[in-house]
Formats: sequence, structure tokens, C-alpha cells
Amino acid sequence: MIELLEQGPGLYNYWMVVVLMMLGLYVLMAERNLVKKVIGLNIFQVSVIMLYITMGKVTGGTAPIYVEGSEDAIYSNPVPHVLMLTAIVVGVATVALALALVVRIHEEFGTLEEDEIQAAEGHG
Amino acid sequence: MSEPSMGFTEVVIENLPILQVILPLMAAPVCVLLRSGRASWALATAVAWVNCAISWALLQIVLRDGFLSYAVGDWPAPWGIELRIEPVNALVLLIVSGIAAVVITACPRSLDSEVPAGRHYLFHAAFLLCITGLLGMASAGDAFNVFVFLEISSLSSYSLIALGRHRRALTSSFRYLILGTLGGTSILFGVGLLYMSTGTLNLVDLGQRLQDVGPTRTVMVAMAAIVVGSTLKLALLPLGAWLPNAYTFAPSTVTAFLAATATKVAFYVLARFIYRVFSPAIAFETFHLDAVLLPLALASMVLGAVLAVFEKDVKRLLAYSSLSQIGYMTLGLSLVSVTGLAGGLVHLFNHALMKSGLFMVVACVVLRTGSSRIEAFHGLGRRMPFTMAAFVVGGLSLIGVPLTVGFISKWFLVKGALEQELWPVAAVILGSSILAVIYIWKVVEVGYFKEPHPDFEAREAPLSLLIPTWLLLAGAVYFGIFAEPTTGLATLAAQSLMEAAP
Repeated sequence: MIELLEQGPGLYNYWMVVVLMMLGLYVLMAERNLVKKVIGLNIFQVSVIMLYITMGKVTGGTAPIYVEGSEDAIYSNPVPHVLMLTAIVVGVATVALALALVVRIHEEFGTLEEDEIQAAEGHG
Repeated sequence: MSEPSMGFTEVVIENLPILQVILPLMAAPVCVLLRSGRASWALATAVAWVNCAISWALLQIVLRDGFLSYAVGDWPAPWGIELRIEPVNALVLLIVSGIAAVVITACPRSLDSEVPAGRHYLFHAAFLLCITGLLGMASAGDAFNVFVFLEISSLSSYSLIALGRHRRALTSSFRYLILGTLGGTSILFGVGLLYMSTGTLNLVDLGQRLQDVGPTRTVMVAMAAIVVGSTLKLALLPLGAWLPNAYTFAPSTVTAFLAATATKVAFYVLARFIYRVFSPAIAFETFHLDAVLLPLALASMVLGAVLAVFEKDVKRLLAYSSLSQIGYMTLGLSLVSVTGLAGGLVHLFNHALMKSGLFMVVACVVLRTGSSRIEAFHGLGRRMPFTMAAFVVGGLSLIGVPLTVGFISKWFLVKGALEQELWPVAAVILGSSILAVIYIWKVVEVGYFKEPHPDFEAREAPLSLLIPTWLLLAGAVYFGIFAEPTTGLATLAAQSLMEAAP
């Protein structure tokens, strides 16, 4: 426990990742409204993006641009940042498709509450 | 890469691994620009058959050389992005592109009756993107690209499912989207942890460096995240809740395609990560993954079959049966032996053939009767004799009767279980096959021994649907009699997965 407390503040970025991830997962499972589910999903995705950004940080590191005479410089790792650009695009595409489906569901069922949709599904 | 002196053929052969991913990716936006159902269908079909030929060529190259590595943009691995084709990928690529080609060729008539004509070109575009994603996933030699292609295939399959004519297709697609994204993001999380531990994303490189890192807690969490993510896409119990509805409400041809390919590629991803990245030593000996996967596989096999027995809708019945068959494949994976793994892989191929054939039969019935309920099958033995006969052939194969492919895969799995003296497992395999007899017989019985239901008109399905259906099911019989090519390839693939990272 003491060990955990000592590690805690120093690793606050990882704690934020875990908190965000669980928050997203909770919203995803507990909320009955479809739009809120999409928001939960987005929070879940963002937590993983944060994990990658965090691991690219090198203490004292600078932007990884090579200039003449900067051989001794310490650079941040650019790879996770590049990866996350793609992951953000994937996340946006997912949310866009999810919201498009939500709009179509609202047109067909007239509601976004999962209980009411399930009741309507029961009637065909 | 291509010297000016090289001829066109050499350049094409050199770039085959990337061509099969790029071709459908480029053709998809062209489909949208064409804005015509027929033209986009012709383009998609042409691309799918070219892809099929490419997969065949890749398989020949892999059988000759052992593996094929392609550096995208000429950046050498492990820095650049690598496409790496090994026997196991070659098998998966051939399944995906072969089934895609047959299904897209057959789809126009079925599509006319199930999807509004104005959306056909979008259907073909999404179909091509789905092929891109699946082939990309199966050929990527880089963990992050596996995730990207996974999302490409997933996003396009959500939209394909949402095209179903019933409004419940929308809610099924939404639920699949939520769970699928959860799975995809979970894989991304696991890959991130692996990158933290090793500093590399290349799958081969990861496998080597993880041996030095050893079974740390980070590696354990990474493995848990990747296993959860890929079993979600694989639809292994208890994470397969999305599958029955998604398969039931999707357009029939989409179901035939997805049932044969999407779960198969997810299985490949799971096998590839467990065997080649984490290595059996870490995954099974240290973390005892088999203690998790084996019971889940057995539970899937039995529960899927039991649900199928009580189901009144044939499309959903086959979807439940898919859950059960996914259990067989995962069982092969969790036996940790060449025979078991080869059984899982040969079942991958065999199940793709028979289940896409059976879903094509359902597509024929839905086209003629407008329903997939069991009442629609009443008396079809006389009214749609060729369609119903196809169902019988596919059903026999699903049960595992000798001279069909189902027998071959079950033979391997039972042999794998007995090699390790797991008698109860062998008993469950046989028990689940008996349940398959019950649910297949249920449909066959009403097809041949019941009077036609007054609500459903029916006449024989058009040849454009019947020929592809019979092609798939003839394959299921052919490879059941002449099993040497598929079992040989599956054994080779299993051996290459089992051997320690080079």
C-alpha cells in the first residue's frame, strides 16, 4: 500500500489512463442511452491514445527534428505520436458511423433509450 | 524498388503482397464514383477474382520459399512496415479472397430483393473495403497495422450489416459496433503495452525481443488485452453475444461472406499473437492460457449447438451453429500440439466452405419465399429440390459425416485431444456433433416430410445463385474426399506456428 502511494504521484499519467479507461467502460455498460454509450466508447478510446502519448515522452527530450550540431540532443519518441494520429482517425470514423446508426435507429424506433428499443424489438 | 530494366510482369510479381490490399482499396472509391449498381458490381467482381488469383500465386510462392517478406515503401523491417506471408497467412488469404469472389459473383439477385437499388453501389464499396481490411489484417507483419486493418474491416462490416432490410439490422449493427470497437481498442491497448516493453511493433521482432523480456506483468496484461480483443472479434463465448443478431439481420449474402471470413481472420490474429509473438512457452506454460481457452471453447461448442436446436429461424440457427464451430477452432488452438492446431486451421478452411454454402442456401430461400423462418422451409424438398439438396450436403458436412470436410476437421481434433489423453474433450466433440445432427435434421425433416406452408410461395432459385452455392458445397465434398492438399497445408501452417521464433 505504501509502495503504491509512493509510486502513485510519480505515475499519475498511467493512473489517468486507467481511470479514463474504467470510466469509459462503465459509461458504456451502465448507460441505457445510445448517445451516452457512444460517448463512453470515445472516452475508452481516448484513454488508450493517452497511454501511447505518455510512452513517447522522454524526460528532458525535445521535438525530434535533426539540425546541424544537435547530435547530443535528447529526443522524444515520435513513433507513438504518429501511431495515434492514425488511431484518432479511426476513432473519429467509428464515432461518425456510430452516430449515423444512432440517427437511423431514432428514425426507425423513435427513441434512443435501450429499454424502449428492446421493447419495440420484441414486437417485431 | 523496380529497376527500369524490369518488365511489367516482374514488377507485378514483386509487389503481389501489397497489390491484393491496394486493389480493393482503390476500387472502393471508384465504386462510389460510378454510382451504378451494375457497373460497381462488375468492378467489385473483377477485383475479387483478381485477388483470388493473387492469393493463389502467393500460396505457391510461400510453398516454394517458406515465407515471403515485403517491405512497404522499400523501408526494411523492423523499421518500416512489413507484409509477411507465411503458410498460415497464405491459407487465410486464400479463404478470404476465394469466398469473397464466389459470394460477390452470386450477390446481385439476392441483393435486388433485400437492399434498395439506390444503395447497391455503396454496398459494393463497403464490401471491397471489408475485403481490404481482412486481407490486410491477414498479411500485415506489424502489430499496429493489424489494428488499423481490423478497424477498416470492422467499420465496413458494421455498415454492411446495417443494410439489412429489417430495422433490427440497425440495432444489431450498433451493438456489434460497440463490442467490436471495444475489442479493437483492447487490442490497441495490448499492442501499446508490448511496444513499451520491447520498443518494436514488427511481429517477428516482437516475438524475439519478448523472449529476452520474459513473462513480466506488463506482458501478461498485454496478452490479456489482446486475447480479449481478438476473442471479441472471433465471437468466442462469453464475448460472442453480438454474432447471432448481426448474422440474422444482415443481408443474406453479407452473412455468407462474414460468417466465412471475419471470424476466421480474428482466429488467425489470435493464433498468430499467441504462438508467434508471446510464444507457447510464455502463453501456455507461464500464464496457463489454455486453462482459460479450453473451457470456453468447450462451452461454446455445446451452448451454440443447444441454442441452435431450439431455434425457429434457420438463419439464426446457422449463426448459433457458427458459435459452436468457433468453439471447435479455438479448441484446436488450445490443445497446443501440431495435430490440434492443424485441426483448428483445417476447420478454418472447411467451415468457411460449408457455412458460406449453407448461408447461400438461406439466401436462395429468402429470395424465393421472403423469409428464413423454419415454416418457409416446409416442403422445399419438392419445390426447390436443388437448393434443399445443397442444404443436406452442407448439413452433413457440419455434422461431420465421412466423405465431407467436417469429418476431416473433427478427425484431427479428436486425434489431437486423444494424443494428450483428454478423453472428456473428445467426448464433448462427439456430443456436440450429435447436437448438430438434431438441428440439421430439424430443417431437413420439414423440408422433405412436411406439406408446403400456405403463407410461402416458392420455386427453384435462379442459377446465378445456385451455381455459386453448389460450387462452395462441392468444395466441401471434394476436400472431404481428397483432403491431402488442405490437411497438408494446415499441418505445414501449424508447424510453422509452433516452431520457436527464428
